[in-house]
Amino acid sequence: MTATEETAQQRPIGYGRLKRKEDPRFIRGEGNYVDDITLPNMLHGAILRSPVAHARIVSIDTSRAVAHPKVVAVITGADLEPLNLAWMPTLSHDTQAVLATDKVRFQGQEVAFVVAEDRYAARDALELIDVEYDILDAVVDPHHALDPDAPVIRDDLEGKTDNHIFDWESGDAAECDRVFAEADVVVKQTMLYPRVHPAPLETCGAIADYDQVTGKLTLYETTQAPHAHRTLYALVAGIPEHKIRVISPDIGGGFGGKVGIYPGYVCAVVGSIVSGRPVKWVEDRSENLVATAFARDYHMTGEIAATSDGTILAVRTDVLADHGAANGTAQPTKYPAGFFHVFTGSYDLQAAHCKVTGVYTNKAPGGVAYACSFRVTEAVYLVERLVDLMAAELEMDPAELRMRNLIQPDQFPYVTKTGWEYDSGDYPTTLRKALDVAGYEELRREQAERRGRGELMGIGVGFFTEAVGAGPRRHMDILGLGMADGAEVRVHPTGKAVVRLSVQTQGQGHETTFAQIVAEELGIPPEDIDVVHGDTDQTPFGLGTYGSRSTPVSGAAVALTARKVRDKARKIAAAMLEVSADDLEWEKGRFFVKGDPETGAAIAEIAMAAHGTIELPEGVEGALDAETTYNPPNLTYPFGAYVCVVDIDPRTGVTKVRRFVAVDDCGTRINPMIIEGQVHGGLADGVGMALMEIIDFDDAGNCLGSSFMDYLLPTALDVPDWETDFTVTPSPHHPIGAKGVGESATVGSPPVIMNAVVDALSPYGVRHIEMPATPSRVWEAINAAQMGG
Amino acid sequence: MQVPAPFEYERATSVDHALALLERHGEDAHIVAGGHSLLPMMKLRLVRPEYLIDINDLTELDYITEDGDTLRIGALTRHATLLASDTIRRLCPMITDAERVIADPVVRNRGTIGGSLCQADPGEDLSSVCDAMFAQVVIQGRYGERVLSMPEFHAGPYETAVGDDEILTEIRLPIRPGAGSAYEKVERRIGDWAIAAAGVAVWMPYGTIDHVGVGLTAVGLDNGGAARTQEFIRGKRPSEELYAEAGRIAAQECDPIDDQRGSAAYKRHLTGELTSRALRRAVERAQA
Amino acid sequence: MDVTMTVNGTQYQRDVEPRMLLVHFLRDVLGLTGTHWGCDTSNCGTCVVLIDGEPVKSCTTLAVMTSGHEVRTVEGLSTNGELDPVQQGFMEEHGLQCGFCTPGMLMTARALLDENPDPTTDEIREAISGQLCRCTGYAMIVRSVRWAAEHAGDDATTAQEVGS
Repeated sequence: MTATEETAQQRPIGYGRLKRKEDPRFIRGEGNYVDDITLPNMLHGAILRSPVAHARIVSIDTSRAVAHPKVVAVITGADLEPLNLAWMPTLSHDTQAVLATDKVRFQGQEVAFVVAEDRYAARDALELIDVEYDILDAVVDPHHALDPDAPVIRDDLEGKTDNHIFDWESGDAAECDRVFAEADVVVKQTMLYPRVHPAPLETCGAIADYDQVTGKLTLYETTQAPHAHRTLYALVAGIPEHKIRVISPDIGGGFGGKVGIYPGYVCAVVGSIVSGRPVKWVEDRSENLVATAFARDYHMTGEIAATSDGTILAVRTDVLADHGAANGTAQPTKYPAGFFHVFTGSYDLQAAHCKVTGVYTNKAPGGVAYACSFRVTEAVYLVERLVDLMAAELEMDPAELRMRNLIQPDQFPYVTKTGWEYDSGDYPTTLRKALDVAGYEELRREQAERRGRGELMGIGVGFFTEAVGAGPRRHMDILGLGMADGAEVRVHPTGKAVVRLSVQTQGQGHETTFAQIVAEELGIPPEDIDVVHGDTDQTPFGLGTYGSRSTPVSGAAVALTARKVRDKARKIAAAMLEVSADDLEWEKGRFFVKGDPETGAAIAEIAMAAHGTIELPEGVEGALDAETTYNPPNLTYPFGAYVCVVDIDPRTGVTKVRRFVAVDDCGTRINPMIIEGQVHGGLADGVGMALMEIIDFDDAGNCLGSSFMDYLLPTALDVPDWETDFTVTPSPHHPIGAKGVGESATVGSPPVIMNAVVDALSPYGVRHIEMPATPSRVWEAINAAQMGG
Repeated sequence: MQVPAPFEYERATSVDHALALLERHGEDAHIVAGGHSLLPMMKLRLVRPEYLIDINDLTELDYITEDGDTLRIGALTRHATLLASDTIRRLCPMITDAERVIADPVVRNRGTIGGSLCQADPGEDLSSVCDAMFAQVVIQGRYGERVLSMPEFHAGPYETAVGDDEILTEIRLPIRPGAGSAYEKVERRIGDWAIAAAGVAVWMPYGTIDHVGVGLTAVGLDNGGAARTQEFIRGKRPSEELYAEAGRIAAQECDPIDDQRGSAAYKRHLTGELTSRALRRAVERAQA
Repeated sequence: MDVTMTVNGTQYQRDVEPRMLLVHFLRDVLGLTGTHWGCDTSNCGTCVVLIDGEPVKSCTTLAVMTSGHEVRTVEGLSTNGELDPVQQGFMEEHGLQCGFCTPGMLMTARALLDENPDPTTDEIREAISGQLCRCTGYAMIVRSVRWAAEHAGDDATTAQEVGS
């Protein structure tokens, strides 16, 4: 079938299943990732990292490395100190060392930076740097971080005498006390959301190209937030902002791991300034796993209270947050625990309270990454496990318990007990659909049968409400930069268009979906719309892509901008047709005169006229373009209901995910194919986290998950064929009714899989098992239960 | 990505040539075949040979030959070849079972049985298979060749009896009537090393298990088959009770450690379970 | 050290260090950056190319070891501007998102279909089980390969892509 044979139906102008515009280069191997880029005269950087978790630096001798014939420079913390660059601010108003000065505070911390002619020489030179360490006791277990005799990790901070970072709470503790005291049933459970890692297949890297003549720094970076980076570099490195250009080329997956500024980027910049040549630094996989932003590590104790007939009354929780050696999490300033206080979930509660304590440990900094939507993953895991624990306690079906307690459609917009205003939802319909698609009753029948034969089959149910699209700016900022995003749309004289975004795709399909938004509003075919993003010289300011914010924020900006263009086009069309603007009607792609549909003007004609010679109406300037900086009035709240079936071999503890049904509601659906892809990816994340992914440490603080041999990611054989469906509950405040969806499945799936695993083990009396439910842990749980433990 | 330290490279044109190169460069030299055991270690700079001798052109070492009462496998035979081989499936299905769960399909295109055996990782599957099969390995040096049993071949974790100036050239497995074999493995995830695995080979032409080999992977028995388990099974008639008891003995005989793959208690239990399963399946295949 | 190899039908002769990995030879020496790298331990498979028609992880072999052999990378999948059915299939069935694992997946898919023109979905999953994807959850990759299997005999497909 040739291109011309595809019908208009297969190439929608606007929303619909449209093949991606970005695919042609990727399937040819013509993607342009950071490591694909070579600049003339380019040098290569490599980082020497600390082998130990906590130590004083006694000495660093770089002389042998400097003497290597291919080495151009070796930079240490001592070199950066006089430039005020040895330390840099983190995204959470803390500081992090670029290159260690006094101590190393986590295994893998950056100690020295080599700049050499090629990557092999740079790697060789690392072995020629001699560092003497005076090893100190490491704080590895966060539960001991606040012990009176715990070593103080951040003694670089003036007056710091402990490892405490913050306390934060939300909700009403007193009301919770009252409700819990009077409740018929209370269940308490400690649970850990372990440290995991986004591990995009492309590691982090940058090419810094500082032009000594113009003073302009061009920085190619694996970044999800190019503009924010530009501003931060200006503030930190003292290079004027208009002299910095950050280019985010193709990114091989971000998942929140490419939001922050890593020391390697700064070192590359310094390397370029010092050498006068471009410097490329790309980390290897072990560096990525050991030193870049991990995710989660929330040690939670949760309680849930209910009546004996199954009305959930309240949820409360205490959380110990392990942040590593710096508070480097990316989340709005007001919320040091991110959006964790959305842990009330999808239920109508009478009371709720959470307290989160953040502590330092001798591990890499991070915590917010891996599609967490700013800690919504932790919140949803907590509440969905607690609901299942309550169901077990009440001997009630977990689907039924949820159905009884979901927020009802007529309660929206719903204000939660921790202050969130959920915009829209018809939760019961979505849950019912998931149960129907899964064939829930039949599954329970099958389970009863198999249990009779001693087989372990588990069915997990879960419901989640997400909070995505951060904004509004007065509540949501990162380091004082409000989370508003911009868009520009310009229609060329011949009717083709360009839209410039402030968000940054890492695989989400922005080049397609944003063209579809413009297409829907203006009737210009997506292939006639160029989507520009990722280059701060060519795009408006914005906070970037993470937390599933692109569609809610930038999508809104684009839609509103396109509508401004359409409004302007109406006025120009009126002038062209010599009618009043009110006499015109719009059908996708053209204005026509009311009652005289033959008389009209298509967008392309209007564009030409806008640049032409006709007399333009009062207040209308030439050209057909517009821009918007969109300050979202609220977040959007996608949601979903998931059902999972697992089979566990009782003699080996091996868990197989047999089926996974996901029904998602992300409001208006721009491209169902892309949405389905986003959901599939997140579901695989869930299998990974539930069954195999963990970054663990030994007692000395050595990282045990430093390669893909130990940090295990699911393969095609570990996941089932996903079954997805959807409901549509538009967001009332969003211009096109759309909500984000990129992280929904990552948020929603882990607790559902764990619910299924626990359900499978329930004949043994198992009520809870920690992630990841490896074969060893599953067997231990069975064994303990059988031994009467 | 990590990259190896510098070294010199030469391609061997014959086994004799390879031996001559090994003799010249001594302990600074290393053979490379598929490279999927050696090169990762070199990239992480855990090993740093100064000379790499590439034997991939020695196709005369890539064969599977049924030779009377001996199945001869050339050391350079790729995992993928072993997996696809009907001869192997017929004569030693334990190898087919193992190959299905060794690494992944792409790695199997390159990795070789000789390379795997010589890497001698305690988690390496074919070593256990060879233990269970009472395999012999043929080692060639400039002096000629010597034939070792598996206990003689093993010299500890990551060590074998192959000298610096020798090459493993062939693995010999016995072909006897009434044979059946099976390999059972549990990993944390497909492609991973075993948490534990058991390979069992039986020879039972007359109904009782006259001869049996049990090779256990990743549980501390690295010097040959599980002797006590073998001794228990030998001479007995197959039954569910036998499988269960054999598993219990294997669980006691092994010596696993706690690590990231699992607790020692779990591995011990797993060893027993997998030994039972492998024994049962080996018997079924022998009886078929 | 001298290496001579044929890559995508063209013979190249270069002088490289013996320790140069094939993936770096392809990317940095020949400028064929379609083949990627993503780990240190031969697990991720973003580096998969075909050597003499078989998928191989090019990060785990040396350029010098590949001298005298034939290599095919993603850049060599299409012929005379005509896309290979696997390339078309990945676009039709949304088998890629960030695109980083895609070249390796395409090469393995091509080799699979060359040997087994009508694979089951289980066989496809098995074939790609040594390669990781963090974006797609694999189901759409499997659909993409099935599409290629079902459209292998179609008339020449010129670029059926939405213009970009």
